[in-house]
Amino acid sequence: MPANATASALSDPAWMRRLLIATALVFLALFLLLPLVAVFAEALRRGVSAYWAALVEEDALAAIKLTLIVAAIAVPANLVFGMAASWCVAKFDFRGKNLLITLIDLPFSVSPVISGLIYVLLFGLNGLMGPYLKSHGIQIIFAVPGLVLATIFVTFPFVARELIPLMQEQGSEEEEAALVLGASGWQTFWRVTLPNIKWGLLYGVLLCNARAMGEFGAVSVVSGHVRGYTNTMPLHVEILYNEYNFVAAFAVASVLAMLALVTLVAKTALEWRFGAELAASRHK
Amino acid sequence: MVAAASADVAFPTKGSAVTSILKKPSVLPGFGLTLGFTLSYLGILVLLPFGALIVKAGGLGWFGFWNAVLTPRVLAAFQVSFGLSLVAAAINAVFGFIVAWVLVRYQFPGKRLVDALVDLPFALPTAVAGIALSALYAPNGWVGKPLNELFGLKVAFTPLGIAIALTFVGLPFVVRTVQPILQELPPEEEEAAVSLGATRGQTFWQVVFPAVLPALVTGFALSFARGVGEYGSVIFIAGNMPGLTEILPLLIVIKLEQYDYAGAAAVGTSMLLVSFVMLLILNILQHWMRSRHAR
Repeated sequence: MPANATASALSDPAWMRRLLIATALVFLALFLLLPLVAVFAEALRRGVSAYWAALVEEDALAAIKLTLIVAAIAVPANLVFGMAASWCVAKFDFRGKNLLITLIDLPFSVSPVISGLIYVLLFGLNGLMGPYLKSHGIQIIFAVPGLVLATIFVTFPFVARELIPLMQEQGSEEEEAALVLGASGWQTFWRVTLPNIKWGLLYGVLLCNARAMGEFGAVSVVSGHVRGYTNTMPLHVEILYNEYNFVAAFAVASVLAMLALVTLVAKTALEWRFGAELAASRHK
Repeated sequence: MVAAASADVAFPTKGSAVTSILKKPSVLPGFGLTLGFTLSYLGILVLLPFGALIVKAGGLGWFGFWNAVLTPRVLAAFQVSFGLSLVAAAINAVFGFIVAWVLVRYQFPGKRLVDALVDLPFALPTAVAGIALSALYAPNGWVGKPLNELFGLKVAFTPLGIAIALTFVGLPFVVRTVQPILQELPPEEEEAAVSLGATRGQTFWQVVFPAVLPALVTGFALSFARGVGEYGSVIFIAGNMPGLTEILPLLIVIKLEQYDYAGAAAVGTSMLLVSFVMLLILNILQHWMRSRHAR
């Protein structure tokens, strides 16, 4: 067989390459890029001053503040959980480990609405603990604690899922050496383990935060939609949109879209710069 | 286990009897503390609420449960959610594969940017995607208007609109599962096929495609599962007509708003059950394909 026939059978002909690249790019432009552009175009439809006015309006500011508060509780909580879970899963061998990993991943495979639903069924007025909570004057559903719980649930696996494979790859030799040389358990963690996992940790926190601030379905179920009190930014977008206040809805949405873009840029930068220090399963 | 963990917190240097039966010995400390914390956190935040779902749904009894689920409205929502998720997953399987192929095999300007953009649906809040798609495909939108005027095609507030929203949220799953497998495919296999006289088409369909197929099925399954549960990006574009464009998660929300907790729990439980069975079937299918390819 002549050499050029082999080469042509190993690579696609130029017309096919062009056709496939064009197909992929048109598809991505239509499905991904266009919605993103539409958010900013709709937000700026009435000019910059209308855009700005929609953002500094009282309820919008309350929504931004609440979103930041919820994320500021949920993300650190899942950060601590993720580190504890990955330490016991990656550094030790014990029975039921695979079951534990499956359970940690569980919130990812559940509809956001069901994630909210289960908390309503537990803490809501007609829920299992509803009468008890009511008699003690504790309100969880339709209040900030419910928003925090639902957000913790949907962002539960992010940090653990990033750290477990990373710590499994790294093994325990360095920690064992530190302990043999007389370091305490906490010293070993702070000075040996943490520096080794810091980029992976940041990567997990980044994704966790993006989801925490952008979650809609789960918080929608537990929120009760009280303007200025239990409305996070995504919920505020919904209310404005349903009131046909499109410019304001897209203005708040554009802030969330910018958060998504910053997350994507930071995530991509981490993958390019510290790819080797993230879990191999992530950056293949 | 939790009791053993708290014993370990008090005496971190001594492994308790329970933990040493459970785990292999190790010089590293903190097993009891971290496992205890992990299990408590998981138990309180995930398992306890799931228990509430099962208790509430179970409280209806066998007949009550099926009475709540087997109503025309719920069954129609099942059809909408599962049917359109399958459609979207199929669209994603085709185009996601092409995107992955193009990103792995070809060089073109802006490739890294395109690669990063694929993750947008993971990062963009679903409500934002929902209103953006709804604005684009509305009868007076950038895409909806030409489609309506040229082809008489209505997208927003029809099942087609739901399929488009579900395609948006599911796309990265297919690309990100197929991409690494394509990347690691040994070039020797293709070279061997070609040197044995196979054409490009034969090489693709008989060497490359079977090797990638299990990953493609995984991506399809993930995209499908995500679609069934999706809420935020769908409700704005769907129109939410009962029986026609009403998805299951929305039906759960409606039942909750009517304080029908047990009904919501029943619909939620049945939805989890059907998803579980479908994913199990896909898993078995995938296992069968893998063992066939290995031979």
